[in-house]
Amino acid sequence: MPKQIILAAHFPGVNNTTVWSDPRSGSQIEFASFEHLARTAERGKFDFFFLAEGLRLREQRGLIHDLDVVGRPDTLTVLAALAAVTTHLGLAGTLNATFHEPYELARQLATLDHLSGGRAAWNVVTSHGPFFGENFRRGGFLDHADRYTRAGEFIEVARKLWDSDAGEFQHTGEQFDIKGRFGVPRSPQGRPVVLQAGDSAQGRDLAARLADAIFSRHHHLEDAQRFYRDVKDRLPAYGRDRDSLKIIPGVSYVLGDTDADAQEKAHYIRRQQVTPQTAVLLLEQLWNRDLSSYDPEGPLPAVDPVLDEADTIIKGRAGMFPDRLKTANEWRAIAEAKKLSIRDLVIEVTGRQNFIGTADRVASLLDEYVQTDACDGFILVPHLTPAGLDDFVDQVVPLLQERGVFRSEYSASTLRGNLGLA
Amino acid sequence: MTLRIAAALNGDSFDAADWISAAREADEALLDFITFDDAFGRRGPDAVLVASRVAPLTRHVGLVPVATTTHTEPFHLSTALATLDWVSHGRAGWQVRVSADPAEADLLGRRAPLGFDDLFTEAADAVEVVRRLWDSWEDDAIIKDVATGRFVDRDKLHYVDFAGEHFTVKGPSIVPRPPQGQPVIAALTHQARVWERLDVDVYFVTPSDVDSAATIVRQLPARKKVFADIVVFLDADQETAIRRRGATTSDAAVFAGTPAQLAGLIAGWEPSGIAGVRLRPGAPTDLTAITRDLVPVLRERGLFEPSTATTLRERLGLPVAVNRYSPEAANA
Ligand SMILES: Cc1cc2nc3c(=O)[nH]c(=O)nc-3n(C[C@H](O)[C@H](O)[C@H](O)COP(=O)(O)O)c2cc1C
Repeated sequence: MPKQIILAAHFPGVNNTTVWSDPRSGSQIEFASFEHLARTAERGKFDFFFLAEGLRLREQRGLIHDLDVVGRPDTLTVLAALAAVTTHLGLAGTLNATFHEPYELARQLATLDHLSGGRAAWNVVTSHGPFFGENFRRGGFLDHADRYTRAGEFIEVARKLWDSDAGEFQHTGEQFDIKGRFGVPRSPQGRPVVLQAGDSAQGRDLAARLADAIFSRHHHLEDAQRFYRDVKDRLPAYGRDRDSLKIIPGVSYVLGDTDADAQEKAHYIRRQQVTPQTAVLLLEQLWNRDLSSYDPEGPLPAVDPVLDEADTIIKGRAGMFPDRLKTANEWRAIAEAKKLSIRDLVIEVTGRQNFIGTADRVASLLDEYVQTDACDGFILVPHLTPAGLDDFVDQVVPLLQERGVFRSEYSASTLRGNLGLA
Repeated sequence: MTLRIAAALNGDSFDAADWISAAREADEALLDFITFDDAFGRRGPDAVLVASRVAPLTRHVGLVPVATTTHTEPFHLSTALATLDWVSHGRAGWQVRVSADPAEADLLGRRAPLGFDDLFTEAADAVEVVRRLWDSWEDDAIIKDVATGRFVDRDKLHYVDFAGEHFTVKGPSIVPRPPQGQPVIAALTHQARVWERLDVDVYFVTPSDVDSAATIVRQLPARKKVFADIVVFLDADQETAIRRRGATTSDAAVFAGTPAQLAGLIAGWEPSGIAGVRLRPGAPTDLTAITRDLVPVLRERGLFEPSTATTLRERLGLPVAVNRYSPEAANA
């Protein structure tokens, strides 16, 4: 039997992938939007619904970022409500290990697992700097390495609590010194599914040690295959087999009646995603300096990026550029060769949709990725709220089912069961 | 005068079906709201999540979970309750609780238990922060202005810049202002010094009779809504109810008798100036007796008229929550 594809539905995020200017775009906060996407995903027999989290509104140049969708619900609260309108869909929430406490979060996740009949999942993130901390008692209290120490110990403690079956626990470690009675009996999954979404070596090791799945951002075929090997090769050291950790990149797609039609649509969406104002802001994220005086229809800046990773111009979002100068020079070369303005260059080099074509072509590309070990499945990121996955579920899912690489019915009642995890 | 009728759910079930059936009973009887008990360390599910789990399956009843300020981050409290309000279309409330229990502090391991005074200073600060965060988005902050490419008007988003003795919070919230603007905040209180500190809308109090109820109501600011808690054992015959009550003791008055007798007691308390009663079922079957047997009697006697208001605030007669950061507030 060919490898089976994992599919998840990402609620459109607070970044420029989400197009709010489209007349079809709906509310980012009304429950009806969440319900629509979750029901669509369940109609398509998806494995899970996925929510990102950011514990402070993004800022750029010291101002609240106003060009993208802003505002979202509390992760766990909205997932609990979604349990009421779905029956088999996994409910995955991103929750920060730095600004939560193990007893409280483990209790909430176990509660969600009970209230959903075994469908809870936790995407563990650690945050990327002190920025979020200003909303919390402790402030920005850990650096990068310590955040991972805390995250690892956090997951271990959560497991201890989940395994305690409502009983007594005690934990004394570098990060936490806690004891008492957990109060939540063993939940349907035993342990809610744990995803990890950090890309550094520490992040990958943490996943290899403690996670059930990785939400990755590696989606070009060879890069994804390299990442896949890298992470799976880390598993034996922790006594785990290769199937016990699923790799699921976040990807986007555009469907058309013909491949050319899809390309045209993709280009139109890219222009919606990269407005003139957004083009300058995205360029600033690489250049790490104020470029507000530059004309989006004009040439790229002659000045070089500012190489100060401790004080980046954008706050509240993961860094995307490990080598700013190198990337800037690459972008300049492309702009020069193709005679591109700032906006056209940004459209060209950032966030192009990953899978573009007819439903048939997209289905075969997705299948190829999974069968050639670029990944184990996909977290699909639609660009429209809330109907952005309707066409995928109507057109692509049946083709994947025909290929025998995606379920026609849920085989288990828990998320763990549907993911084929022990 | 008709009263508002609430019920306190204090179950510890982890089975969603139990909560759904209780919430639906209350919803179908058109009770004004239900509260969900909680405390760290107890055997039982997280109350905010239970309230959210039943929200899409109910249409009328207000949903008021207990959440403790002592250990939970005020920022998380604010966003969770705002989200409950979004999910329930304006039916959310919050019963504030503090924890002086060292065993609860050990579960978090972050610090030693606070003394009584500090606990309430901190709770008052938490309530203030939660309220500021709810107001940190003006209602018309989302503009979707295609011409300028702006989704929000950032001048209508506000840093709350709270700095208290126990914590600081920058803001703004990550959740847009909830439908009620300010979801309803309640607290159970037995002592006057607590009343003064917390900026809450509703007090649950525990009078023993109509006179003590009247005394409590007089001590509180007139705009606060006072609900008298009563533990109830309800049966068709008084003897069964009394037998079931046994030696039950409580901080609140304990009633055992028939629905008609309870209606009589509530009628007797009505002149004290209370806004309503919160009935604490002695056993799960007592919730059914409240919704099926008591409510019709109360309606017949004109003591309870189901509300037609869609938000909990409006139903309780609370004023429209003017946003403290809005131009209206500045002009007021
Ligand atoms: C695909 C992906 C998605 C992420 N999503 C979130 C998120 O929703 N919220 C968040 O606070 N951090 C998010 N992060 C940040 C990471 O979890 C992590 O905290 C950060 O990248 C720093 O760790 P690293 O250096 O290992 O990458 C995401 C990272 C990746 C790669």
